[in-house]
Amino acid sequence: MRKRFNSLALGADALLFGVARTPLKRNGVVVGGGTVIPEIKFTLPPLSIEETPTDEIEAMYREIVTAVCDRAVHLGQQSLVVEFELLPPMTVDPPMGESITALIAGILAEFRGAHGLQSLLRITPVDIREQNKPPLRRRGREMELLLDSFRRCARAGADLLSIESTGGKEVTDQAIMSADMRGILFGSVVLGCADMEFLWEKIVGIARETGAVPAGDTACGIGNTAMVLADQGYIPRVFAAVVRAITAVRSLVAYEVGAVGPGKDCGYENAILKAITGLPMSMEGKSAACAHLSPVGNIAGCYADLWSNESVQNIKLLAGMAPVVSMEQLVYDCRLMNVAAGKGEGVRLRDWLSESDAGLDPQAFILSPNAVIGLAGAVVSEQNDYRRGLAAARKAVELLCEGLSKGRLILSEREQDWLSRIGQTVSELPSDSEDFLAQEKPKWKDHVNYGEYGIPDEA
Amino acid sequence: MDRYAEIAQHVQNGYSEKARKAVEAALAEGCPAGRVLKEGLIAGMEVVAAKFKSGQMFLPEVLAVAGAMKAGMELVKPLLVAANHEPLGKVVLGTVRGDMHDIGKNLVAIMLQGAGFDVVDLGTDVRVEKFIEAIERENPDIIGMSALLTTTMVHMKTVIEVLKQRDLRTRVKVIVGGAPISKNFASEIGADGYARDAATAVDVVKDLLDNK
Repeated sequence: MRKRFNSLALGADALLFGVARTPLKRNGVVVGGGTVIPEIKFTLPPLSIEETPTDEIEAMYREIVTAVCDRAVHLGQQSLVVEFELLPPMTVDPPMGESITALIAGILAEFRGAHGLQSLLRITPVDIREQNKPPLRRRGREMELLLDSFRRCARAGADLLSIESTGGKEVTDQAIMSADMRGILFGSVVLGCADMEFLWEKIVGIARETGAVPAGDTACGIGNTAMVLADQGYIPRVFAAVVRAITAVRSLVAYEVGAVGPGKDCGYENAILKAITGLPMSMEGKSAACAHLSPVGNIAGCYADLWSNESVQNIKLLAGMAPVVSMEQLVYDCRLMNVAAGKGEGVRLRDWLSESDAGLDPQAFILSPNAVIGLAGAVVSEQNDYRRGLAAARKAVELLCEGLSKGRLILSEREQDWLSRIGQTVSELPSDSEDFLAQEKPKWKDHVNYGEYGIPDEA
Repeated sequence: MDRYAEIAQHVQNGYSEKARKAVEAALAEGCPAGRVLKEGLIAGMEVVAAKFKSGQMFLPEVLAVAGAMKAGMELVKPLLVAANHEPLGKVVLGTVRGDMHDIGKNLVAIMLQGAGFDVVDLGTDVRVEKFIEAIERENPDIIGMSALLTTTMVHMKTVIEVLKQRDLRTRVKVIVGGAPISKNFASEIGADGYARDAATAVDVVKDLLDNK
């Protein structure tokens, strides 16, 4: 049963790295209880999963996890989170994902026993529902395998259950490329929220059944796709910034259905979600440059309860294997944040992290603490998902225009022109969700199986 | 301004209806369809592609231009087919087995279509047999493979090896791209070209066809 947030859990002064209103406590690890903790992630080097013996793949995971834990112990780190992001063949073959989960959980238990290294294991199966075009979101073999994957991994020792769900992506992919704000709202909010509600009720049910924690989701496939395309100069940065604000509405649904955090690292909208929910969030920034570039390397740290490297291949660098290098970078980042917080200077460091990015890119600008509070307030001021999305979009445009007019945000003339166009579009959108649905639904009928979103197929 | 330049200008501006009308007028005046395509539609698109590549235009603006080009192409294409006009080239695209990421591949398709190439998009999670079937069915000049995962990029090599085994390798050129792909990797697996992004994919395809 979905319970909608209608107020903010945290104000601007309390919105700070390492501190959640409702920390998560498990296995001796406290997430959001005053300290920022590293969340380490990794992937395999180039190889074919299907053509590599399972014992060889498991040996690689053993080597990676042992090495990163060794480095954490060596650096005096007392707790960490390890994320095992299942690759597609490991989700399609749930026993395979289960076996690797058990292996990693076992290694973490060994380090807990031998070195007192407290840890949590997050598992993230791939949203394999994307394999069908248009995707089956509520039924079919892929949905069954996905849920079986969650269940088996949870029973094999996973602590945190997460996913980068893709509901609505059959619309947003195209909408991003054509900078179609209506398509973004339709795909990420109308369709995305419907899918989140359905999917997360299932995940929360599995968590209850297995004793695992329903952690959180991310609109990575929407917000980060826009961010990366903007970074490459393909789409306007102001468009990506408004998309980010809208994605908060979609990702929020997981917490309204029962997720308790920490949210997934690649959801930069987690800043807004933390203000609304008060739940702990994972974030990634400068130390995730090994996985992708971004304009929010410092500012993302303002809200981190877990600080992640996103993903890195297990390849050799001069210092050592890449995941070990990432582990060290995360530990040092966390140390600085934790020392600042310990000396009562957390807000000062947060503001430096924010100011060092905010004026240079609109995507960073809307993640500055006051902007985050403004956006979070806009989202909870509405109870209908579409109206929330519209409120977030309008607020994002307002914040960017204000930043520009006050000289706090630098935008090229082309970007300013696009900001005007986006502002015009969102000001003209209908306030009634049914009107909007009636306008958009026919446009996307060849791309979307509406029944899979609980939306009647007829016009 | 002559008819060809007028068409090119309307394409550059992304004016679909004006481009369509200018093409219609040109054809009615007896302008050869091949010149309307090359000196009008493609010439306009080339200006836009260059602006996109140098960061002066965004993709949504390019898509509007592609719409104008498409409006003109709809009138020109039947005439070109009837006259057995040699197309610029045909490219078969697909994201390799086990990989569902397709934005990059879709961008390449848009840019190639905009440049006047015929594109057959096989979609995502494309297994080797599907590439082979498409080569035999479509007889493309080039196949383009995309991957975003380190654990799927290896399937590109498999496709190239199967092309050799089936004596198809000399029939098509192979280009590859995607986040984990590098020029070195492309060379190692025996690909003919590497496209670091959608904008450069068009240049790579043109170079390969020029040297075919």
